[in-house]
Amino acid sequence: MTVARQRFTVLQRALHWLMAVCILAMLFIGVGMVSTLTPKYLTLVQIHKPLGIAILVLALIRLGVRLRDGAPALPSDLPEPMKLAAHLSHYIFYALMIVMPLLGWAMLSAASYPVVLFGSWHLPSILPLNDGLHTLLWNAHHYLAFVFFALILLHLAAALFHALVRRDGVFATMAPISMRKVK
Amino acid sequence: MPQSILSEMRAKIGSLIVIAVIVGASAAAFAYTAGWLTPGRLTPVKVVDALAPPGGPALGHRRNHAKGICFTGAFQSNGAGASLSTATAFAAGHYPVIGRFNLAIASPDAADVTARVRGMGLQIATPNGQVWRSAMITAPIFPVSTPQDFYDLLRASGSKDPNAMKTFVAANPEFGNFVQWATTAPWTSSYAEDRFNSLDSFIFVDGSGQHQVVRWSLIPIASLVPISPGDLAKRGPNYLESEIADRVGKAPQSWTLAVTVANAGDQTDDPSKAWPADRRTIAVGTLVVQQVEPEANGPCRDINFDPTVLPAGMMTSNDPFPAARSAAYAVSYDRRTAEAADYPRTATGGTP
Repeated sequence: MTVARQRFTVLQRALHWLMAVCILAMLFIGVGMVSTLTPKYLTLVQIHKPLGIAILVLALIRLGVRLRDGAPALPSDLPEPMKLAAHLSHYIFYALMIVMPLLGWAMLSAASYPVVLFGSWHLPSILPLNDGLHTLLWNAHHYLAFVFFALILLHLAAALFHALVRRDGVFATMAPISMRKVK
Repeated sequence: MPQSILSEMRAKIGSLIVIAVIVGASAAAFAYTAGWLTPGRLTPVKVVDALAPPGGPALGHRRNHAKGICFTGAFQSNGAGASLSTATAFAAGHYPVIGRFNLAIASPDAADVTARVRGMGLQIATPNGQVWRSAMITAPIFPVSTPQDFYDLLRASGSKDPNAMKTFVAANPEFGNFVQWATTAPWTSSYAEDRFNSLDSFIFVDGSGQHQVVRWSLIPIASLVPISPGDLAKRGPNYLESEIADRVGKAPQSWTLAVTVANAGDQTDDPSKAWPADRRTIAVGTLVVQQVEPEANGPCRDINFDPTVLPAGMMTSNDPFPAARSAAYAVSYDRRTAEAADYPRTATGGTP
């Protein structure tokens, strides 16, 4: 445990924390907007669309960086089920970060809504108008959002468990600042 | 030794409590944002549920304005609107239109005469991909001032309490103006003779970035031939749809799109308040309805005529209704498209 652990690269840490803020905002905006009919509804929808596309772009960059830079190894004494859970959750996170914006975009396309980002800036439709497809995509976008948030809570709990209980250096690999001073 | 193990255990339990509190607080914040902890919040789902008739909603159909018929045609812009808004639909030219004539009732099978208010959904698309959608009605003013009042009206009119409407009217005096219109304005026997009004105000942005608050109306070219509700009822429960199909089959039907500009100080946030009649009004073009098609297979069926789908050069104003309508229309759309099996498409289109 005394061995200084390798950390994620600066770019990886920057992407992680930037996207953490974006994705949490996105999930809160998502459940918030569908539960109100005040003028806030339109403001939230207008943020939701471009922010979703921003997350898609960031996720693709991040996937490339991850494939290039790799990740620090987990502690060798971490029980196998926890290692498996850690790896599996990362695959699911990457899948959700890429799939959720695409589902939203496809869902709007299948309902023939224009996908407006800013002013006259809009995305092309990626699917024809189709009620069956719209329903399928809408359900996927809706339910996966809750899966995403649940997974984030689990991830948060695991990160804090590493930081506060196990104190095994895993948290420090992704900490925004060096943990040495904290120790 | 045991003491140090004990204190280490205490520290671990303390840490686990900290983790549980942080995760629990995050989940609670999420639940609050979703409205799960505030059952009193007026949600789009509540409004859409309140629209349902006592026997439940007509599955596969719009939750309000459920009875309707599709049309296609063109918006012939005369270029005059360009002084008000940079929207490409106002550049002189012809733009394709998809629309829907409808009755403001929750049942697609109701007789025409049971709907005092009629509506038109309209989409104007321009070649650069900009889309302008609008949903207008024949009433010149909306019955109530706010979305909450509208919900209260739905609750009161659906209530078994005989005093519910009385209480509502007492609390919402503006409702009297709507009743005045509903009881005195002439009925027509054709959608082609009806005037359709945006009611809600919107902001038009011109080339220099100036904002103007506007409302708009489609004024029929066909002259109005009044009919009594009794005589309309005698023509049959679905007369309006067959009449407009026949009429458009013989000759395209037209409406002038007239944009009215508010003066400073006009009430722009309340569609139950008419603006004075002398406000500047500009005819910006003509809607020409060229073909009418049944809804089941028609091009309007799966279009959500959400009034906040606006092209660049137009924005929502301080009127609270377009946002509320957008939120509620989305719920109605998501539900009815998921129920498509309950409203089957027919094998061939054809005219009704």
